[in-house]
Amino acid sequence: MVKFFGRFAALRGVTASFAPARLYVVVGDNGAGKSTLLRVVAGLTQPSKGSVTLLGAGTIREVAHRIGYMGHAPLLYDELDGMENLRYFAGLYGLSDEERCRNAIRQVGLDPVLERRVGQYSQGMRQRLSLARAVLHDPELILLDEPFSNVDVHSAHDMANVLGRVRDQGKTICVVTHQAALMEPVADEFVQMAAGQIVSREPRSVR
Amino acid sequence: MSAMSVTRATLVKDLRMEWRSKDAINSMLFFALLVVVIFSFAFNPTAEESRLIAGGLIWVAFLFAAVVALNQTWARELRNQVLDAYRVSPAPPNALFLAKALGNFLFVVVLESLMAPLFVVFYQLRSVGPVWQLIVVALLGTWALVVNGTFFAALSIRTRNREIMLPLILFPISIPALIGMVDATTMILSGEGTPDFWLKMLLVYDVVFTLVCLLLFETVLNAE
Amino acid sequence: MKPLSIGFVIFTLALLGFSTYQALVVAPTEQTMGDVQRIFYYHVPSAWVAGMCFAVNFLASLYFLWRKSLDADALAVGSAEVGVVFCSIVLITGPIWARPVWGIWWTWDARLTTTLVLWLIYVSYLVLRRFAAGSQTQTIAAALAIFGFVDVPIVYMSIRWFRTQHPSPVMGGGANSGLDPTMLHAFLWNLLAFTCIGICFIVARYRLQKMENALEAAHAELALKGMAQ
Repeated sequence: MVKFFGRFAALRGVTASFAPARLYVVVGDNGAGKSTLLRVVAGLTQPSKGSVTLLGAGTIREVAHRIGYMGHAPLLYDELDGMENLRYFAGLYGLSDEERCRNAIRQVGLDPVLERRVGQYSQGMRQRLSLARAVLHDPELILLDEPFSNVDVHSAHDMANVLGRVRDQGKTICVVTHQAALMEPVADEFVQMAAGQIVSREPRSVR
Repeated sequence: MSAMSVTRATLVKDLRMEWRSKDAINSMLFFALLVVVIFSFAFNPTAEESRLIAGGLIWVAFLFAAVVALNQTWARELRNQVLDAYRVSPAPPNALFLAKALGNFLFVVVLESLMAPLFVVFYQLRSVGPVWQLIVVALLGTWALVVNGTFFAALSIRTRNREIMLPLILFPISIPALIGMVDATTMILSGEGTPDFWLKMLLVYDVVFTLVCLLLFETVLNAE
Repeated sequence: MKPLSIGFVIFTLALLGFSTYQALVVAPTEQTMGDVQRIFYYHVPSAWVAGMCFAVNFLASLYFLWRKSLDADALAVGSAEVGVVFCSIVLITGPIWARPVWGIWWTWDARLTTTLVLWLIYVSYLVLRRFAAGSQTQTIAAALAIFGFVDVPIVYMSIRWFRTQHPSPVMGGGANSGLDPTMLHAFLWNLLAFTCIGICFIVARYRLQKMENALEAAHAELALKGMAQ
């Protein structure tokens, strides 16, 4: 896969396959192409050359309901509270189940009754809620871009454990992060990227 | 999940957020009022003359108000990059477009409902023709502006100078609709001539461009 | 440039020379308007060529959206630019013709007004292209091009109806309204010559754009190999 933004080659020939029910951690310097890779897999950007085959389907659009994406930015509405945000996004996946939203919020360690608007959340709370949004519809593949950025240590550990638990349920997870150490306890494989290419892959044995 | 339910959910969400922040609504209502007052100072005709030019004045005023509303169509979706969350989901892009267009439509109609009585008062307007026809022209004309405006707002957010780009690409294409709105309104107000052709033309315009918007929106949404 | 291209350009220049001779010398002077009427041989063919350019722009934009072909986009931008130029010629020659004959610079004549609106639409297209950010330019421009072209018949019908409601002097009598046969000849020669000029300009601009695209692609290849950008 190759991806250009004008003259800048964000991805300079990435060929890889990933197995299900694993937690992959993608690391590398800024500009290595980690976020771009995630966005291509999520279907937000088309590769300039090459293709992605996901979950056995022809196009990514077909399996959109089986993918969860947590972006660099919060991807939440500041003017709505937690439940209102999740209710809306659940609706986009055809889900109208209140209990599901409440469970997702509890799962990431937040209080479903909280009526505070997301705009007034702390960064840790916002990242947790964003994670809840990404896993709300029980996707098989979860893509997370810098989920721990500006998050306090306690929240970060909680989130890492949540991801480990989700992987144990049979889901495939791909996390882009600068904080590799955080993911050590739960990661299956570390994927190192540099200058738009994958330079190494190190499997780990999970406890 | 159906496209309709997504459209409804999105529209409700937008209305709720609009209601909560209220600053957008309030400033636009005030802006609409200002426009009417300034026009009244700039064009101060007799009651008889005003019936002839009111059509043009009113629609230019509505146009200004509409552009201000249209420019913030996608603002909330761009903050926090929430639009990515929608694009990643299986929800159909056209449902999003319709929700935004309908939201804009409601909003501009509210602005027009405020401005129209003010025009009547300041210009001592009385309609010779039936008022229901005026309302039909207003609805068809507003949709014509709003449907293209919502689409072009999505185009202009991908440019370097988005606020000026929207009216710049919207106005030329809206010219036939504007001619129709203005002439029909003038005809109805002054009671001379029948606006039938314009009503039909506005309807054709609305149908054609709604279709074009729906056909092209997904392509534009995913252009990256 | 390939010999075929050079040959076509020379042919076009010769044709233009011949048609100019026809228009300015051979064609008889018009009875009522005098020599000013000769602008007609430039005014109307320019309108025709502009229309042709915008049709090409529409088809190229459609093809681009369908196949994502950068060549199609190159053709789209080329035809839009040339179309705007010929539109400008119509808008300039119109008043030049009208002033001595009817004493006014501008009336909201149906055809002239339609040309003005077309000019506005395609200038807005070019402005959009100029200010779009990066790789999305082609897609959003193509979308606008489709809106613009779909609007053309609606614009024409609206303005014509408006004119029947509010009549005013009609400029530039119809091409077929009782033309002397020699005049018709001159007109057709100029029509052909202008069409050929239009084609020359579009092809030249298309080639220029293709070269720019190739340059971008070459830079991209370099970036791919990891060399300096």
